[in-house]
Amino acid sequence: MYAFLARRLLATIPVLAIVAVLVFLMLRLTPGDPAAILAGDAANTEQIAQIRAGLGLDRPVPVQFMIWLGNMLSGDLGESFYYKMKVTALIGQRIEPTLSLAALTIAIAVLTAVPLGVLAAWRFGGWFDRALMGFAVMGFSVPVFVLAYILIWIVSLKLGWLPVQGYRRIADGFGPWLQHLILPSITLSVIYIALIARVTRASVLETLGEDYIRTARAKGLREARVLVRHALANAAVPIATIIGIGIALLIGGVVVTESVYAIPGLGRLTVDAVLARDFPTIQGVILLFSLFYVLINLLVDLSYVILDPRIRY
Amino acid sequence: MNIARKFAVIAAVTASAAAISGLSFNSAAQDDAKVLRIVPHSNLAILDPIWTTAYMSRNHGYMIYDTPFGTDEKNQIKPQMVDTWSVSPDNRLWTFKLRPGLEFHDGKPVTGEDVVASIARWGKRDAMGSALMTFVERMDAPAPDTFRIFLREQCGFVLEALGKPSSNALFIMPKRIADTDAFKQIEEYIGSGPYIFKRDEFKPGDKAVYLKNTKYVPRKEAPSGTAGGKRVYVDRVEWNLALRDGQAQVNALQKGEVDIIEALPFDHYETVKKDPSLQIPKYSTVNLQYMARFNHLHKPFDNVKVRRAVLAAFSQEPFLRAQVGVKELYNVCPSMFTCGTPYGSPAGSDIQSKSNMKKAQELLKASGYDGTPVVVMKPTDLAAIQKLPDVAAQLLRQAGFKVDLQAMDWQTLVGRRAKKDPDDKGGWDMFLTAWQGHDIWNPIANAAMDTRGEQSGWFGWAKDDKLVELRNQFMRETDDAKKKRLADAIQTRAFEIGTHVPLGEYSQPMAARKNISGFFITNGNLYWNLKKN
Repeated sequence: MYAFLARRLLATIPVLAIVAVLVFLMLRLTPGDPAAILAGDAANTEQIAQIRAGLGLDRPVPVQFMIWLGNMLSGDLGESFYYKMKVTALIGQRIEPTLSLAALTIAIAVLTAVPLGVLAAWRFGGWFDRALMGFAVMGFSVPVFVLAYILIWIVSLKLGWLPVQGYRRIADGFGPWLQHLILPSITLSVIYIALIARVTRASVLETLGEDYIRTARAKGLREARVLVRHALANAAVPIATIIGIGIALLIGGVVVTESVYAIPGLGRLTVDAVLARDFPTIQGVILLFSLFYVLINLLVDLSYVILDPRIRY
Repeated sequence: MNIARKFAVIAAVTASAAAISGLSFNSAAQDDAKVLRIVPHSNLAILDPIWTTAYMSRNHGYMIYDTPFGTDEKNQIKPQMVDTWSVSPDNRLWTFKLRPGLEFHDGKPVTGEDVVASIARWGKRDAMGSALMTFVERMDAPAPDTFRIFLREQCGFVLEALGKPSSNALFIMPKRIADTDAFKQIEEYIGSGPYIFKRDEFKPGDKAVYLKNTKYVPRKEAPSGTAGGKRVYVDRVEWNLALRDGQAQVNALQKGEVDIIEALPFDHYETVKKDPSLQIPKYSTVNLQYMARFNHLHKPFDNVKVRRAVLAAFSQEPFLRAQVGVKELYNVCPSMFTCGTPYGSPAGSDIQSKSNMKKAQELLKASGYDGTPVVVMKPTDLAAIQKLPDVAAQLLRQAGFKVDLQAMDWQTLVGRRAKKDPDDKGGWDMFLTAWQGHDIWNPIANAAMDTRGEQSGWFGWAKDDKLVELRNQFMRETDDAKKKRLADAIQTRAFEIGTHVPLGEYSQPMAARKNISGFFITNGNLYWNLKKN
């Protein structure tokens, strides 16, 4: 187990290195000039050239790469071209809203979807099952921004229950934090509820046909205990996998929700950085996302050991 | 589930929602009546308004810095930090005395030396500033409240340059900051303006905060444009930099979470107009102008006859109708200088204003156009100008051009338009953009009329020695009537050679809640004199 953990952690190093090189090269191949963007609309070519030199972009690409690599190895992700701030500081400002949104979304999704999926499997073919599958199709089909605007219109504008936009840091109080996050989280969770509920239903349905379920029922166990203790527990591996993938996708995929609800998170930062060709910020954020993906995958793999004692590394 | 249990569930859900909605806004509750919440037109990234011409940086500059002169709502230059000034009989020595009570946010008085250093830095970056500096022999500050500009020869736009309202406006900084290399960004943001920048609360992409400068001494005159008394009636101004979706902005305004939307998307104009809790205040008499710019370096627009065919083809109405749509917000303007400003005139515009597609086709036929495709760059992510290239492409096709309409994001366009390569090496032939009126309102400020060619000109690199000479004459002329005649001659020449195509003007509406008062004609986005009732 510990050897596995050590191997996996070591394996993250080449993964991150490959990502770093690819991102660096792809950005240099992308059309668009950060200097021209920074200079503003009325700047002329001379001024742009001076800014480009100031940013070090007039140097050969291999030289730029070596400088960046050297800085990165010493823990310095560089300074944003656009904001003139350390990339680590920028990420530090933006990580809390995104993590908060992702955590609340996944909590809502798991707490809703898993019971719904289990119930649908239990009542396979019945009205509840069909209704849940209908909801799942809808959840996958309705674009996030459409759902967001509908919820804002009803919950915020008509009922006046929750704010339309913005984010409050958790340090400002749990109440304002939750008040600003609940609507975005519900919006974002719908697709994950649909996804997790479907996987849960399929997985539990498979286990419900197993001999040990029949045995458990024959022993006279209560149906709830059969469903939770035996069916769900044995169906947990695929569910954990999909939840893990969901978390990883959430971290990098919340940009639409962040835009509609004006949440200053990592998604918004990434889009702004891409639009501004802010190379150091893009590189920093993508490295962070890669690290998240690797770690989440590792955690999912480790969770298998707990969820299924037969799995050993 | 029986009725009682259903009722209990509904009651529980309702109670939870009510409980959440009732949670207190700890941070938002602070003196709401004294906090002005504004959604600016874009993100604020660069805090040095001399280093970039970005409008957001300029607006940030107006919050925290003051200017020696301002431009009032009638486009007249008026003193702002300056109290009195005099000019020598030969028009070569300008002496300015600062008004008393000017103080930087760090408590130090504003001196002539600060102004001289600020002019020197600005003169290296701004187009008008650079032009002015070609006349300047030296500057000095003979007394703490005085600064002088010694000119080599007389110059006709000293005050226009010192009081220019748009990018780059001459913001006065402490000497130690203004001494920063003009090609490096400053790192301290200390001005003497009506607001103090709250650096520790600045989160790029999230919010920028400004506090009332309680020591600021406003002028006695009423506010007007960038001139007049800058009185502040709120304690704090917050720019919401995260709220960028147009629909979300309007939602927030309707809900009262923000007070002002600086640039209301045209699509939402009617919605806001009909909402009794909202207003569309009049804040501008100078419109914005759309423009099509040629690349003069390569075929086909290196041929003046081809450019004139485009001038004939591009009647303004289709562009305005497609892009703005709301008739009361746009106007046809047969001038390269902003209509309604001193040099706005139809001089020389017949080729465009009295032309039609048949004429354009004839001109193109006579031009020897060989079918070279015209690369028109279309920004897909900039709603403010997104539809213009489609109209341009259609009109060009009707005139007989082959068109290669290339979609890209605005930042790619911005990078690509700086390239001088031909089309087959990633170059371009035409892009379309919009200018705030004060950036193109005279022959010096109007970048598209700088025809010095590849070396110093604006993207497109138009070259015409006659126009350069006319601009030089304009710079030296001090008589207003003669300046007007020269401006007409410059515009006539610009239409003759087709530097660019003006595509009409529009007014960018602002939206605010009804409880905000004190709006005045700013011709920009200035946030003093506003009260929140």
